[in-house]
Amino acid sequence: MSTATTAAFGATACERLRTAERPAPGAPTATPRSGGPLARALQRRHSVLPGFDLALGITLLYLGVIVLIPLSAAFLKTFSMTWPAFRDAVTAPRVLAAYRLTFGASLAAALVNAAFGLVVTWVLVRYRFAGRRLVDALIDLPFALPTAVAGIALTALYAEHGWIGRALGTLGIKVAYTPLGVFVALTFIGLPFVVRTLQPVLEDVARDVEEAAATLGASRLQTFARVILPSLAPALLTGFALAFARALGEYGSVIFIAGNLPMVSEIAPLLIVAKLEQYDYAGATAIAVVLLVASFSLLLAINGLQAWARKRQGH
Amino acid sequence: MHRLSRRRGLAVALAFALAAGSVAARDVTLLNVSYDPTRELYQEVNAAFAQAWKTKTGDNVSVKASHGGSGKQARAIIDGLEADVATLALAHDIDEIAARAQLLPADWQQRLPHRSTPYTSTAIFLVRKGNPKAIRDWGDLIRPGLSVITANPKTSGGARWNYLAAYGWALRQPGGTDASARDYIAKLYRNVPVLDSGARGSTVTFAKRDIGDVLLAWENEAHLALKEFGADKFDIVYPPTSILAEPPVALIDKVADKHGTRAVAHGYLEFLYTPEAQAIAARHHYRPIDPQVAARYAAQFPKLALFTIDEAFGGWAKAQKTHFADGGVFDQIYTKH
Repeated sequence: MSTATTAAFGATACERLRTAERPAPGAPTATPRSGGPLARALQRRHSVLPGFDLALGITLLYLGVIVLIPLSAAFLKTFSMTWPAFRDAVTAPRVLAAYRLTFGASLAAALVNAAFGLVVTWVLVRYRFAGRRLVDALIDLPFALPTAVAGIALTALYAEHGWIGRALGTLGIKVAYTPLGVFVALTFIGLPFVVRTLQPVLEDVARDVEEAAATLGASRLQTFARVILPSLAPALLTGFALAFARALGEYGSVIFIAGNLPMVSEIAPLLIVAKLEQYDYAGATAIAVVLLVASFSLLLAINGLQAWARKRQGH
Repeated sequence: MHRLSRRRGLAVALAFALAAGSVAARDVTLLNVSYDPTRELYQEVNAAFAQAWKTKTGDNVSVKASHGGSGKQARAIIDGLEADVATLALAHDIDEIAARAQLLPADWQQRLPHRSTPYTSTAIFLVRKGNPKAIRDWGDLIRPGLSVITANPKTSGGARWNYLAAYGWALRQPGGTDASARDYIAKLYRNVPVLDSGARGSTVTFAKRDIGDVLLAWENEAHLALKEFGADKFDIVYPPTSILAEPPVALIDKVADKHGTRAVAHGYLEFLYTPEAQAIAARHHYRPIDPQVAARYAAQFPKLALFTIDEAFGGWAKAQKTHFADGGVFDQIYTKH
């Protein structure tokens, strides 16, 4: 296939596919994303579930009690600090180093999980093999395991004399008690988030769409990049965001494998605990608030990216 | 824990039912909020006290114990955990309860003998069997290439005693000054590859993960490690000098008054000073302060020169502020190079 026809395929085949396509999974089928007040009123009248007002009331109350009140308590605590004290608390070199490690390792772990989570999901959904159910159940293990147990198990494995640690040690790679250990622990706890968000979506992606792409002359790579990946992208982003957010706050598993050396392998949640240990409640919440604001903005940005990805897909 | 306390509850209920026929015995529950390594100690003490109290007053007392990092436990009391008595790793933590929640008077430490410290301990070394790195004194710990295991003094009470023992040793060397001690302590912590958040955590790192040449530990914790992980693997080394660690006990007045347990709670703390409880402490490798009991168990506690925190650092408040507060000496080890 010449480059010209490839490009032509790209434009036309996708158009054709879209017209024939079932509604993409994950995208609501009937609800319009936007619309004027009339459209919204109409939708409300035709809503399947009755009692929108009641449901919204419950939603707000529930979110308020479970999420907003504890979080505002954290914010309020920091108001007992003066601005320079707050600034000093969150810009101390040790705190900055901890933020760098927490955000860096969380991001790296979430990225790795997004990539490998996709492969794992693909294998689980598309292939039938002996022990598939077992592998499927294994995915949830990091969810169910108490994080401290995960941390201790990982440390035992990756420490100098552990099974994996010994092998890596001969290559000159140290994992336990280094920032690399933090990354390993965060990767471990993040995997289920990616797989479990991708799985139902991938199960819904119609095979005939792929077959249609193939009959229209798309190569395997093209089918993957232009047909499958776009319909998976929103779910992949959600999985990535969940894994990332979970990693930011992770304490239990990391604390055992990190080594916790100030400026080197100390995570931000540990600094919060250290501050509490000095009865510095305000200082602890200051660090937490920065963590909170940063993760909220990141999640918001990822949501925006998702909306953009959906729009680009044409839903 | 739950099952244990339920079983104990059942036992108490049964005892009560048996006694109810003849004597109107009262049923009292005490909560002792303590730190991590005292688990085994208080298990035994509580049973002994229940018996002693029963003989003395006829009342059935069941003492529940809660264990955790000393600072964390103090914070729990401040935040409302209803402890009748606190038995923590360092006086500073009880000072904070007095200062922040006003649950007991500020001069609490004067209310019981020996500055409210019924047993003491010290910081010593646990090394690999045969002491292959020939570690004998604090000065050996800063040898280049040596790996020292201790917990983070910012999060662990025991680790704070370790730190102060090392720093105090450096101060007391010929020509020792604050500058030379800071230099020493910085070198020492450069040899620390892992800072666990609690003392028990560093014991596990050293004993189970095989990390490090020497573990700085509470005396009782070192003996426990020998018992748990095998005496054939480790040796205990007593440095010639160390710190006198004083884990104090206190009645939490406001809680005890609310529960109506002041008399029994006070009786419990006084019981800790009796020869019976002192012997239990000694068996768990806490140094008894009762001279007779101490003499009886002398073989178990090698003599070493012990300095107090007041002598070397002018008390906990000052030591805490200088060394462990944010930007203090400990932080400077890692931020200034």
